[in-house]
Amino acid sequence: MRRGRRDPLSAPVDGAGRANVCGDGPSDSRLSPQLEPERYELCRPPAYTFAMDRRELFRVLGGGVAVAIVAKEALAMQESGRGGRGGGMPRDIGSWLHIGADGKVTVLTGKVEVGQNIRTSLAQVVAEELRVSIDSIEMVMGDTDLTPYDQGTFGSRTTPTMAPQLRRVAATARELLLDLAAERWGAARADLTIDAGRITNRGSGESIGIGELVDGLETAATIPDDPALSPREQWTVAGRSLGKVNGRDIVTGKHVYPSDVTLPEMLYGKVLRPPAFRATLAAVDLSAARAMPGVTAVHDGWFVGVAAPTDEVAARAIAAVRAEWDSTPQIGERELFDHLKNTAAAGGGGPGGSGSAGDRGGLGGAGGSGGAGGRGGSGGAGGRGGSGGSNEAAAAVDAGLAAADITLSQTYTVAYIAHAPLEPRAAVARWQDGKLTVWTGTQRPFGVRSELADAFRLAEENVRVIMPDTGSGYGGKHTGEAAVEAARLARAAGQPVKLVWTREEEFTWAYFRPAGVIEVESGVTRDGTLTAWDFHNYNSGGSGINTPYDVANRRIQFHRSDYPLAQGSYRGLAATANHFARETHMDELADATSMDPLDFRLKNLSDERMRAVLTATAEAFGWRGRAAGNGLGSGIACGFEKGGYVATAAEVSVNERTGAVAITRIVAAFECGTIINPDQLENQVEGAVVQGIGGALFEAIEFADGRIHNARFSQYRVPRFTDMPEIEIVLLDRRDLPSAGAGETPIVAIAPALGSAIFAATGVRLRALPLVPNGLPATSAAPRAE
Amino acid sequence: MNPANSPVAHERRAATREGRAVAHERRAASRERRAATRERGAVAQIEVNGVVHEIEADRDRMLLWVLREDLGLTGSKYGCGEGLCGACTVLVDGVPRRSCITTLTAVAGRRITTIEGLEQDGELHPLQQAFLDHDAMQCGYCTAGMIMAGVGLLERNPSPGEAEIVRQMDGNVCRCGAYRRVVAAIRDAAARITADRS
Repeated sequence: MRRGRRDPLSAPVDGAGRANVCGDGPSDSRLSPQLEPERYELCRPPAYTFAMDRRELFRVLGGGVAVAIVAKEALAMQESGRGGRGGGMPRDIGSWLHIGADGKVTVLTGKVEVGQNIRTSLAQVVAEELRVSIDSIEMVMGDTDLTPYDQGTFGSRTTPTMAPQLRRVAATARELLLDLAAERWGAARADLTIDAGRITNRGSGESIGIGELVDGLETAATIPDDPALSPREQWTVAGRSLGKVNGRDIVTGKHVYPSDVTLPEMLYGKVLRPPAFRATLAAVDLSAARAMPGVTAVHDGWFVGVAAPTDEVAARAIAAVRAEWDSTPQIGERELFDHLKNTAAAGGGGPGGSGSAGDRGGLGGAGGSGGAGGRGGSGGAGGRGGSGGSNEAAAAVDAGLAAADITLSQTYTVAYIAHAPLEPRAAVARWQDGKLTVWTGTQRPFGVRSELADAFRLAEENVRVIMPDTGSGYGGKHTGEAAVEAARLARAAGQPVKLVWTREEEFTWAYFRPAGVIEVESGVTRDGTLTAWDFHNYNSGGSGINTPYDVANRRIQFHRSDYPLAQGSYRGLAATANHFARETHMDELADATSMDPLDFRLKNLSDERMRAVLTATAEAFGWRGRAAGNGLGSGIACGFEKGGYVATAAEVSVNERTGAVAITRIVAAFECGTIINPDQLENQVEGAVVQGIGGALFEAIEFADGRIHNARFSQYRVPRFTDMPEIEIVLLDRRDLPSAGAGETPIVAIAPALGSAIFAATGVRLRALPLVPNGLPATSAAPRAE
Repeated sequence: MNPANSPVAHERRAATREGRAVAHERRAASRERRAATRERGAVAQIEVNGVVHEIEADRDRMLLWVLREDLGLTGSKYGCGEGLCGACTVLVDGVPRRSCITTLTAVAGRRITTIEGLEQDGELHPLQQAFLDHDAMQCGYCTAGMIMAGVGLLERNPSPGEAEIVRQMDGNVCRCGAYRRVVAAIRDAAARITADRS
């Protein structure tokens, strides 16, 4: 391992924020702010980019025609101006499209497929612009030797950035092919048409396949500024529902996931895990493991692992390792929220915060305003005392609170939760002639390449990371722990090593969605007009922290804290926590002003796109207020993030006797601009809703003293078939707007909608996620007195 | 999509092809281990997808690892190791079993069907086809287990209602949340199978 010493918390996202995943916050000036949703997601850019150049491309793929797009359009790594045409090929390629003499179209992109279906949707846009059959397209994704550099697949960025890039690349290739055909035939360019991979001269009736046309060529081009794109109305392949291009391999079990990769001479690896986070290795005895035939045992700093000819032997060998550890006391879930508050830094981390604003020292020192504080005092001045807090935003909030008829101060919390991707971390590593190749499941193959290069002091060109379409990620596979571990063992053994984390390892040694405390203080007039909004998120993050509601007097801040567990990105990032707090608080204000929750929102909302999804949801749901009775109740919530708008309505049924909460119905309306594949979009939206149910109702990591206490599916409940309500997804297709990503945003409004519905059914207001890990206490499950 | 001819595809799939050769080597290696294994274990005969295999391993070795590592059948997946996610589901004499908690001894002499054995003469099982038609997957990692559990369900009850499907499938987890599509696919396959039989 690197320098032989490593924080055993599993450093990539360690407690001190020394992360090589995220740096420490949105301060990296090399990243443009709009691409930096919050500190838990993005990563440092690479020291070097060695994209495959033209010569290598033709060597690997054969002759033909290739078109590249420069990366400045992709993820804005740099605006170096080297992407100009005329000179040599630019080094900073964003993606390649190659057409071979066999008519095959190969698209190379650093994006990866983790179930969000971009292998298909990206192929669709290429087929559309190039006018070829989608069957002739092969997407090569996330192979650091073949595909251009990419920061990673997260943040719902593929559809808004990579899809338009590939459209332009494909449109350029199409025009280039038409030029070549016109030249070949001496024909007028205007007489030529291209369809299904063939170019036809309407004048002469001549026709040629694009493969034959490019045979013998080695032509490469970069794209012009503005190639002609097919207008949305003329789309025939993109814009419609199409099954996964590799669906047949999946339903027949042929698709090779990272954990399925098998190499000749391959050994199986196991790593010795400390008994607790931050435990340090005091002594280790490998002799019993080493005595086993074929076993290689490695002790390097805090890394202890074995490689063996079979998984059985590896398991026996690691069990035979004798180790002593020194542990330190650590906080557990009981002290968690106080800890996050008590260690909070001054504000300024979140969008909307003014940097120097927000000394919440008075509050923090006082231990918070309490979870059940009820209505705040007028003006709220007591809460925000303390020195240095009186800047413009604070003054505005004070004025807004003073102008309010009703003020409300509440605290909301969210627990740590796990991604629990069904395929745990897995890697197969092979060293050959000084070069390291690793097959692994990650959302950041180039980031993992850097991790490996750092860990083994290799130049990045001597590390190749290949990412076979993997068994999901949800933001939980940004790091390369298994890759580094497999590579360390493979180097010691001199043979390839496969290492697949167990479920317990995945639940323990990956990273979690951050827990958080969110305090909201607000004011509203009797007619339901918001006058003040003071919103403070401790630890969970800044994504989705801004309010879409019309309130001039606002202060919105994210505060960093010291945190006990490794934490990182999760589908939707902190937008889920921030929306839970904001929308629940809005629901409480609606209640305080005796208004319908939908009417109250619409009254304070002028964003037309948000109004549109709210209205669409209410209509599809048949919204008739909270509609309490017979243990039933309805709730509604809305949100926006990453260019998408969502509104979710839910109906729950509460069993008065047992307190069990069942969701009976969910309606979600989602709008993310132009739709590329309606069926797969619906699948994504519904998937987000279903995953959101888990975090909303029952998922929570239990921990104390550096140990996870529910690291198994028998102890950590995830949504299952029997948890499924009736679900209706309404997709609004805004063909006048560019497409935004959809993998994340639809998750943000489900928790507050469910909390609101439970309140409607029972009168019990829940302010902590998960809402009902053990159902409601039976006494509170009685219907709410109206 | 037929990327089979592309050099890149060859590159990317090399691992798998080599893997098959490895399975061969592994079997040879496992013969060498026979003596050591005999003490603790057994030589078990199992029939997998119509082919009889002799497996030398611990009698307590779980079927999932025999399938994946000894036989190279990686379609059955590891998800939890405690029989609670269903990704490893196979049919044993037509009945769905969690191969991650099923010992080799328990299936000795039995007939095992894995996802690789469902397709007959290039024709997909109606449930495989229904999964494609309904896009009943996202990342697809749970799909093999879902299909095997669904096939087992349809063997027992050729026309299950929705409530029956939900109850019987509850042991299979899809973290991507494609549950309702899976239910739709099973219902659709049931209708096709019933129509074919009548």
